[in-house]
Amino acid sequence: MILLVKPVNANPVFRALADPTRRAIFEELTRQGEQTVHSLTRYAGVSQPAVSKHLTVLKRAKLVRHRREGRETHYRALPAALAPMVDWLQLYGAFWRDRFDRLEALLERME
Amino acid sequence: MSNPAECPSSLVIERVFPHPPEKLWRALTESSLLAQWMMNNDFEPVAGRKFQFRADPMPNWNGIVDCEVLVVEPLQRLSYHWGTGGAESGLQWVVLWTLTPAEGGTHVRMEQSGFGPDQRAAYQGANYGWQKFFGGLERVLGEQA
Repeated sequence: MILLVKPVNANPVFRALADPTRRAIFEELTRQGEQTVHSLTRYAGVSQPAVSKHLTVLKRAKLVRHRREGRETHYRALPAALAPMVDWLQLYGAFWRDRFDRLEALLERME
Repeated sequence: MSNPAECPSSLVIERVFPHPPEKLWRALTESSLLAQWMMNNDFEPVAGRKFQFRADPMPNWNGIVDCEVLVVEPLQRLSYHWGTGGAESGLQWVVLWTLTPAEGGTHVRMEQSGFGPDQRAAYQGANYGWQKFFGGLERVLGEQA
């Protein structure tokens, strides 16, 4: 049951990516590489303050990193931060396979 | 209602059991049988009913899975919410069981899908962007390997 411990670590990542707009911004950064808040705003189709807010959530989850250059802030994706999510999928995969084995054993015992 | 089973990238476990669907359905829906292979529970196969799976508490997890029955279609489909860590800060998923008669037994498919607070909306078909997202995720991880 150790797998159920893991989502605690994964929580900020899952939460950050639960929002469709944030997911879209993160995807765009993984696809296109580093981008300014301006170009992300054009892509996302929401206001710049909204984009900045989404980027802050992504930053807290360590999914993106930023740097300032003049008056522009550039963001890039840090896909390695997805590791807890990948761990989660693997761990729950093991959990369910184990339960399937137990179900199979139970079915043998049942009338 | 759109069906998260159409998302091929969520967690799916499948197996053919050499037993009839009726027997599988009992194992999935009778609380005492369910306890023998899943966890202790107060499950009842009634849509809208809240129930819990309970295991021994451990560090970082109180041992409780908070669930709510979503779909009960006898011998065919069973679905429930699966939440760990409490309603506020925890994670929410949908577990969907699908039974299909197969040669010599029953094909059982378990799918766990949906993350985070918008998960219920996702289940209802709005903004179900995970398929696309996981496609991208796999590509990104592939590039990293």
